[in-house]
Amino acid sequence: MRFRAKIVDLACLNHFSRVINTIAKLAKTCTLRLTVCKLYFILSDKVANGGASMWCELCQGNFFDEFQMEGVAAEHNEIYLELVPENLSRALKTAQSAKAVKIKLTNKHCPCLTVSVELPSLSSSSRIVTHDIPVGVIPRRIWNDFREPSVPDFDVSIYLPVLKTMKSVVERMKNLSNFIVIEANLSGEMNLKIETDLVSVTTHFKDLRNPPWASEDGCQSSTQGRDLESMAEARIDIKKLQQLLAGQQVNPTKALCNIVSKRIVHFILLHEDVSLQYFIPALA
Amino acid sequence: LSRIGDELYLEPTASGLSLRAVNSSRSAFASFLFAPLFFQLYEPGGPAPGTECFRCKVHMKSFLGVFRSLPSLEKSVGKCLILLKPRASRLVLQLHCKYGVTKTHNLAFQECEELQAVFDTQCCSSRLCAPARVLAEAVVHFPLTLAEVTLGTGPGGKISLRNYTEDEAEPSKTMVTELWLAEDEFQSVAVSPGSCITFCLKEFRGLLTFAEASNLPLTIHFDEPGRPVIFTLDDTVLEVHLVLATLSNLESNSQTPLTNGVSHLPTPSDDFADDLGSYMVALETSTCEGGPPSPTFPLHTPRPAQRDPEEEDEEDEEGAVPGTPPHKKFRSLFFGSVLTPGGPGLAPTQEVLAEDSDGEC
Repeated sequence: MRFRAKIVDLACLNHFSRVINTIAKLAKTCTLRLTVCKLYFILSDKVANGGASMWCELCQGNFFDEFQMEGVAAEHNEIYLELVPENLSRALKTAQSAKAVKIKLTNKHCPCLTVSVELPSLSSSSRIVTHDIPVGVIPRRIWNDFREPSVPDFDVSIYLPVLKTMKSVVERMKNLSNFIVIEANLSGEMNLKIETDLVSVTTHFKDLRNPPWASEDGCQSSTQGRDLESMAEARIDIKKLQQLLAGQQVNPTKALCNIVSKRIVHFILLHEDVSLQYFIPALA
Repeated sequence: LSRIGDELYLEPTASGLSLRAVNSSRSAFASFLFAPLFFQLYEPGGPAPGTECFRCKVHMKSFLGVFRSLPSLEKSVGKCLILLKPRASRLVLQLHCKYGVTKTHNLAFQECEELQAVFDTQCCSSRLCAPARVLAEAVVHFPLTLAEVTLGTGPGGKISLRNYTEDEAEPSKTMVTELWLAEDEFQSVAVSPGSCITFCLKEFRGLLTFAEASNLPLTIHFDEPGRPVIFTLDDTVLEVHLVLATLSNLESNSQTPLTNGVSHLPTPSDDFADDLGSYMVALETSTCEGGPPSPTFPLHTPRPAQRDPEEEDEEDEEGAVPGTPPHKKFRSLFFGSVLTPGGPGLAPTQEVLAEDSDGEC
């Protein structure tokens, strides 16, 4: 089981750091899955996470100049690692002017992801900073716990409003309540509502569009036949929503959410080379 | 100075005004000596020759409060007068500002004995000198919350900085950051090979900020672990010393020693990747739910700690100031429960599950 990768281009490094920063805001510990073509950051829906789960996918070719991976076995050419993304974020934070960044799976006092940063210096040789980030190797027998979650049978699917606006609304609401209700319909309308003993606040968004979902096997999509004005709603932990929005440092190409009434909200944020899905369960 | 202690010691001498501070555990001491030339007027005064100069200490916060906002001070203050009035028990700070405004601050002081850490840079076996900027850039890679850092010398004359992880903290949880600086980044390097010391980062950062702002090169004098490390800044009118306690030999052995061949010095052509195959095999065949414990390397047996009689004598480290809390062994106080006689368990009974394939230099 080996892994080594190298980033030389500063823009790629910057981009990769931003992805890691986003992940670090969403999960204290998560799973990193490495395959020949892709990297995945996975958070499965355990009680410890408050039931939220995450699936983030990157094409390695868009970030790394070199990428070599050898999985646990030929027929299972993948590596699953448990790590604290905040550590990776910290290691990359001071690497923004680096000549090269290498990431390697090593075995020091324990399995580690070693990030080796080559920095420019006035002397003849470069400065080298290494960060040994301890990781847990996840054995093959529990890889099934980390399968890609399927898109739920949603009631409504809608594009999100401008994330910056949504973020500032949610941040203010967070001061008033621990829970927020997201509701939306198939006419491009979304409301964010909070209700406490003293006050209720609703922010209305209009003219958002609803993404067309082609159903896979030709049978009716779950939204067909639904009244266009009828709202699907879910009451969720506002902190989780705020963390998701706060972690977005760049505007995604596409941002949408799927609501299963009173069950779960599924957020999909798509960038050119990164896709992030985040599931927040509804609370009673 | 405020990063070190809560009290500011002032001592006017013939060679200048000395400002000093010490921390509560007496593991950090700093002094700034301003030569008479630094001032427009300097009268150390004092009674008849032959008697000691007057010394006092004031609350750091009170003193700092007078100079609160540097930008506005620079704009409005023309002169500053510092006057000691022993009989009135007051330290007078008088700011002469624009438009004829004079602000006079009377600070209460306490008389005190001399605060002087006993140290001698000449006795240190190793010395490094670097522009403050280089060291500031090095230290930026470590988190602000990091308590202690280890400075070491490695092969090829390289100098390393590494975060210090306590023995008790699980090695499988803590991220280890290590930075290597080439010899030519320093203005001078005169070190005994294989030496390394661990000291507190917080006070050092404070000095670095000052050094960077005044654009002065910083010299680091150090010796064996346990003996204090001395940081100095030199200028024509200013002499700065920062003395910090260092972790003594017993604890530093539990880290992977930099002196041994198994160091993490990265080579320029770092071509081979590690193979965790054997580790994975162990993991798969384990029946235990959580997997086997993290593989460890047999820890190297330490060099016998050089326990010279002098090292035991705490009086070498700091001058005792009567009337203040009893002089405690700064090592044990500073590093709490980490110091245990006989050292942490170093027996190589841990099962080695995977070899260190990253070790070759």
